[in-house]
Amino acid sequence: MNFNATLIGQSITFVVFVWFCMKFVWPPIMAALTERKAKIAAGLAAADRGKHEQELAEKKAAETLHQAKQQAAEIIARAEKRAAEIVEESKNDAVAEGNRLKAAAQAEIEQEVNRARESLRGQVVELATAGAGRILKRELDATANDELIKDLVARI
Amino acid sequence: MSATTSAEYIKHHLTNLTYGKFPEGHEHAGHWGFAHNAQDAASFGFWSINVDSMLFSIVLGVLFLGLFRMVAKAATADVPGGWQNFVEWVVEFIDDSVRGSFSGKNALVAPLALTIFIWIFLMNFMDLIPVDWLPWLAGLLGVGHLKVVPSTDPNITFGLSLTVFALVLYYSVKMKGVGGFVGELTLMPFQSNNKLVQILFIPVNFLLEAVTLISKPVSLSLRLFGNMYAGEMIFILIALMYGGGLVLGTFGGLLQLGWAIFHILIITLQAFIFMTLTIVYLDMASQEHH
Repeated sequence: MNFNATLIGQSITFVVFVWFCMKFVWPPIMAALTERKAKIAAGLAAADRGKHEQELAEKKAAETLHQAKQQAAEIIARAEKRAAEIVEESKNDAVAEGNRLKAAAQAEIEQEVNRARESLRGQVVELATAGAGRILKRELDATANDELIKDLVARI
Repeated sequence: MSATTSAEYIKHHLTNLTYGKFPEGHEHAGHWGFAHNAQDAASFGFWSINVDSMLFSIVLGVLFLGLFRMVAKAATADVPGGWQNFVEWVVEFIDDSVRGSFSGKNALVAPLALTIFIWIFLMNFMDLIPVDWLPWLAGLLGVGHLKVVPSTDPNITFGLSLTVFALVLYYSVKMKGVGGFVGELTLMPFQSNNKLVQILFIPVNFLLEAVTLISKPVSLSLRLFGNMYAGEMIFILIALMYGGGLVLGTFGGLLQLGWAIFHILIITLQAFIFMTLTIVYLDMASQEHH
């Protein structure tokens, strides 16, 4: 165990190594570690936030769904009511329209009847006139008179 | 390797490859060269160097810095790969240790602790390489002696601990001022309200505090050196058994395996203790305690 210049050599080497480590090894590794720590913390925080947001969203979705169901029920009820109303209205309308049409048809029929009666009356008058004329002529021709009567009868 | 007796074998393994100037009276007097034996090495005096210790400690230190620098250069906050993961785990472990033991803020302490821990661990780790391999390889290359575990060389351990000691002194003076540091050395632990008694206490206090202070680097380096030297010695003794026939050799093999497994614990522990004590000493140095 004899001491020699190795002591000094080792000390110098040691100082140089520590200097190198302090300058080029330790800081970058520590920086990376710190950065990763921050990154992980941020990631965890984001995950928590995401979870919370999801919960909120789920709650909101449930609420919206509930509201929508309610609204839908309301709309259906209203629609049913309205449908019933419409049916009722159209029934009434139809009855009224039917009555109107019936009345119009009746009026037309009556008109037709009147018109037919009018024309019939005219024709009867004509025929009577013609018959009378012919009867007057038959004073001269008796046989012809009979025929005429027959013909008249057939016509009526 | 021409070791014949056990004593020679052991001695051979415990001799550093020392480079220095041969003194007067030697056959190579005045020349620079490698020591042929322990006597030569001792005769070189202070201005010689243990080439093997320096070589291995530098190679291991460069290996450590290279491997860690690789990660530092590519370090990202994304998902780390295998080696980066390991390095980050080590760095985090050191960082935790420093945070736990060092109360102040100092950019030097953590890298210092990392360097000490990994470097000493690697130097100790050389102990697990079977004792004859590297010296045998060196022998093939014509190198007579090779001590592969740098931390079994007191020059290496003292080189580390004295540097730490210099830092302790530096931070003591820096944080407390020269007066504060001197006061710490002379005015404690014995104190008195009487001025005269206080003055009489100064030499006593100084003696006690000086011993406390000096014991720091000495215990730091001797603990590491002693543990590693003893461990290496046991490996060498076990290796001696290989020459004792089949039964003894097999037994030696089992012993070596057992000791090596146990030694993994020791080398890690010694590196950790050196690091932790360094942190604690520096913490004490930069703290004003009353």
